[in-house]
Amino acid sequence: MLATHGGARSWAYPIHAILLAFPIALFTAGLVTDIAYVKTAHVQWTNFSSWLIAGALVFGGIVGAWAIVDLVLGWRGAWRRRAAAYVIVLAVMWILGLVNAFHHTHDGWSSVGAAGVILSVLTALLALIAGWIAHSAATAREIVR
Amino acid sequence: MNRKTLTCAVAVLALAACSRSDPSLNQIGPRPDLPAQNQTLLPPMNIATPAGWNGETPTAPAGFVVTPLATDLKVPRQMLVLPNGDVLVAEGAGGADAPKVRPKDVIAGLIKARGKTKVKGGNRITLLRDADADGRAEMRTVLVEGLNAPYGLAYVDGSLYVANQDSLVRFPFQPGQTRITAPAEEVTRLPSAINHHWTKSLTASADGSKLYVGVGSNSNIGERGLDVEQDRAVVWEIDRTTGAHRTFASGVRNPTALAIEPTTGVVWAVANERDELGPQLVPDYLTSLRDGGFYGWPYSYWGQNADPRVHPQRPDMVAKAIAPDYALGSHVAALGLGFAADGGFGGAFAQGAFVGQHGSWNRQDFAGYKVVWVPFANGRPNGAPVDFVTGFLKDGHARGRPVGVAFDARSRVLLVADDLSNTVWRVTPAR
Repeated sequence: MLATHGGARSWAYPIHAILLAFPIALFTAGLVTDIAYVKTAHVQWTNFSSWLIAGALVFGGIVGAWAIVDLVLGWRGAWRRRAAAYVIVLAVMWILGLVNAFHHTHDGWSSVGAAGVILSVLTALLALIAGWIAHSAATAREIVR
Repeated sequence: MNRKTLTCAVAVLALAACSRSDPSLNQIGPRPDLPAQNQTLLPPMNIATPAGWNGETPTAPAGFVVTPLATDLKVPRQMLVLPNGDVLVAEGAGGADAPKVRPKDVIAGLIKARGKTKVKGGNRITLLRDADADGRAEMRTVLVEGLNAPYGLAYVDGSLYVANQDSLVRFPFQPGQTRITAPAEEVTRLPSAINHHWTKSLTASADGSKLYVGVGSNSNIGERGLDVEQDRAVVWEIDRTTGAHRTFASGVRNPTALAIEPTTGVVWAVANERDELGPQLVPDYLTSLRDGGFYGWPYSYWGQNADPRVHPQRPDMVAKAIAPDYALGSHVAALGLGFAADGGFGGAFAQGAFVGQHGSWNRQDFAGYKVVWVPFANGRPNGAPVDFVTGFLKDGHARGRPVGVAFDARSRVLLVADDLSNTVWRVTPAR
């Protein structure tokens, strides 16, 4: 979780927050371009989706790995439960994102379809939830401090 | 537990990509069995990585011998046997300008490159002469260089025609000549934007007045948008003297070789069909081309089997689609077509066509990687194909990959271009 090690890692919070911003923005944008493709059948939209999902996976992977390390090294009690929830949300987001990336390798109309849109909705939602957990937790710590 | 099984096991773990071929399906001949479409999350991919010949040669039927006519070529693709017996070899590899528009294009390109030669295409035509018929070209010259991924070749009446990846050009040429110094004269530009399927196949009509050029599609199945498919997946008929063209046949996804059937004068093509519908869809084919015929791509395959990946669907076009004459098997990648003229090798190999099959990537079980003989009677395929040149695969590795095939009726020789080992193989009856 974000900045779990307190003042000793003051640089960690912004970096983690920046990395987490990518899957949030890219999965969400991928959902938008998927919808655009289904509406228009213009192939450039599904091409955009493919790159957006790939980018989300790269940064989502880094954030996920960081979160796992934090969980392993992390605090006990309520913080740990929250950190575990954060890792699970990121992991499910990443796995569904990977499935969606493979789904988007299909050619033409098969690259999106109902399955592609559903996967894009789920990954965008999970990214938003991960952001919510991360940032609300950090805010909570600030208040406590 | 071999490597293939292991690959498959890993692939199964990686989201069940393994779709198995069913050997009971007959995918060869005029009415191939077509299984249901199977768009797996990952397409089945299996590349035969290269291995050397180490002094061995491909295998031909009993009574034939195989020798390397020439080695160390620079990606030999199609060949032409001249009236005097000289062999011209077009060397080149094109398509480098096709942009990679998705992460998939980058990754698939890297995977497929594992099954190709590292040698850079020569962009030239090499002349080979084996006047003493000992099976090795004692004379070898670069006939002309500085071409742009040359592929199709034709000789008509004092002119050598070369189909580059972007233009059809003519050189004044007389058989016997070993070097061309005259500049190329452009007959016509050929469709070359993007050039996903870059090979421009070529043959001349029986009377020599027309040239036929095959232009492959700019995508597997329209995934670059249908705007870029204008004048693609077609065979052009070109007036030899004026360069004027018209579309002779359309909907042929990738017409990789064209040839004239010698008894009827009809234009035939081998074509590569679409990928990623499963290991046994869609069969590549050998077909006569009907003037004005539409062969389905991209809307449908093997006649009226609609492809769901094209949007919007076009039932009107599907209804027009002609089924090809003869299936060669799915993903075999037929790239070579040569008819046996003037009695061929005689016996079982008197009338018919040799078909070079470059070999598959889109199925776990390798298909192709050989030259087959399709027997003909009365100018039509008649019966099951026979494996004619094999041995390109050994222990799961490719020692060679056949491309163009040419039959030389004058000296009863079959030539096979191999663009992995960069060799031209010569197959002839043992004497």
